[in-house]
Amino acid sequence: MNHMMPKPPRRDWTVLAMLALLVVLVVASFASLPLKWREFFTLEAVNSSLELLAGFAPPDLSAPFLAKTGGAALETMAMSALGTLLAVMAGLAFSLSASGRFGGVARSLMRGLLNVLRSVPELVWASILLIACGLGPFGGTLALGAHTAGVLGRLFADSLENAAPLPEQSLRTNGASAAAAFFYATLPQTLPQMLSYTLYRWENNIRAAAILGVVGAGGLGQMLKYHLSLFQMQKAATVIIAMLLLVALVDGISFALRRFLTR
Amino acid sequence: MATLSSHPDPAWRGRVAATAVCLLILWPALVVTEFKPWILFDWQSLTATGRFLADFLVPAHSSEFLAMLLEQTWLTVAIATSGLALALLGAIPATLIVNEQLSISRLGTGRMRPLATLLRQSVRWTLVVLRSVPELVWALLFVRIIGLGPTAGVLAIALTYCGMLGKVYAEILESSDSHASDTLLANGSGRLAALLYGALPEAASELMSYTFYRWECAVRGSVVMGFVGAGGLGQRMDESMKMLAGAEVSSMLLVFVLLVALADQFSKVLRRRLG
Repeated sequence: MNHMMPKPPRRDWTVLAMLALLVVLVVASFASLPLKWREFFTLEAVNSSLELLAGFAPPDLSAPFLAKTGGAALETMAMSALGTLLAVMAGLAFSLSASGRFGGVARSLMRGLLNVLRSVPELVWASILLIACGLGPFGGTLALGAHTAGVLGRLFADSLENAAPLPEQSLRTNGASAAAAFFYATLPQTLPQMLSYTLYRWENNIRAAAILGVVGAGGLGQMLKYHLSLFQMQKAATVIIAMLLLVALVDGISFALRRFLTR
Repeated sequence: MATLSSHPDPAWRGRVAATAVCLLILWPALVVTEFKPWILFDWQSLTATGRFLADFLVPAHSSEFLAMLLEQTWLTVAIATSGLALALLGAIPATLIVNEQLSISRLGTGRMRPLATLLRQSVRWTLVVLRSVPELVWALLFVRIIGLGPTAGVLAIALTYCGMLGKVYAEILESSDSHASDTLLANGSGRLAALLYGALPEAASELMSYTFYRWECAVRGSVVMGFVGAGGLGQRMDESMKMLAGAEVSSMLLVFVLLVALADQFSKVLRRRLG
């Protein structure tokens, strides 16, 4: 009953072309990069990197250095919290016009601005802002705020647009002011979603704040860069362990919170 | 009327108290982060920033500079692509080992052999460690070992993304329907055949689309890693930033935003067509 068999699906040439394109991309990437595999895999290089790695052990666990690392970890946490808070305030302000409250033109202009804020990574923001703020955690905080404001502004605007419009309209037709109608009708509807977005971004920002310092913006990253450039490997090892602990702590807390909230 | 004296908002006490508590928590954070917005308006820093930003208005566009920019942009994409390709080389075997669906000793008894458990857990923990060290820290370390240049960036992306992809691939495969692969294994097929004919067809599109999403992340990451000397657009941006060359920084930022948007679109198209 060969003629009863369905026809085989037509081969999609665009998919094959795309796969070929991907292969070309990968090959071209490897071909064009001046990779130093040979230098990396010579006996000499292996020995020197092993020597370097051996330098990390044991991590510097003296009390004053631990206290300093703890201080930097605290600074990292404070940077991330404050940066997120700034971003929430700015994002909320931006989201009003980005959700189309002041007309279509303002909406697309603000969405464009949010896109730019969002597409520049925190680290690039930090290195730009350091020119204005000088070295230290302040520039890092502002950088986290700038990038996160772009992310949160867009998410907030989307959730404002998706909120049911009727409660606000009925408050307005009954004579409430625009601000009161927004604060008592639309904001409470979107607040839980905004809160969960904010917590999620805060979690991201703690991770980002830990490494932001490598351009000089404070926190654990700045310590790591400093000790690595002085080849103080044991101190660098302590800082890396502190980073890992911080990230693991945040992961653990957010996992537990999510478990608790979704139960 | 009694209601006249009370506040129109019945919940105002709670709101005011919550605000006060937040401000109290905020205070030490402001001190620790040296939050002094007024230094932004200090005359000296204002003039420096002003000059730097004024340069932004006319991005650098000499043909020499643009050619350099194009080359560096390609380098950035190439670092991300080859880093991800190397990451796949590590992640795919790791997924095969970690994936509990492919355990043969688990069939029937529901318990794995202790040796198999040990192997799975050790690979899993290696992946966790690879993933939890940020790519920027890997890059810093490799720059110390190999010296400045794209090799450090490629290795950093390879290690971090190997951890991420390995973990997520295993999760995707384990969360897909295991009926087909279980049947294959129970009837005596090998692990590889069970993966290819049982588990993979279920999960292929999700795996593809996650890989492309990660490629997009890697492009962004390779720019950032340039700031610690791992080559590409980021390294040039860092150099221009240190020379306060606003015009160059501004055209690099433009190229960067375009690159990210392009990578985003490209991966979206690929995800739709292949996913």
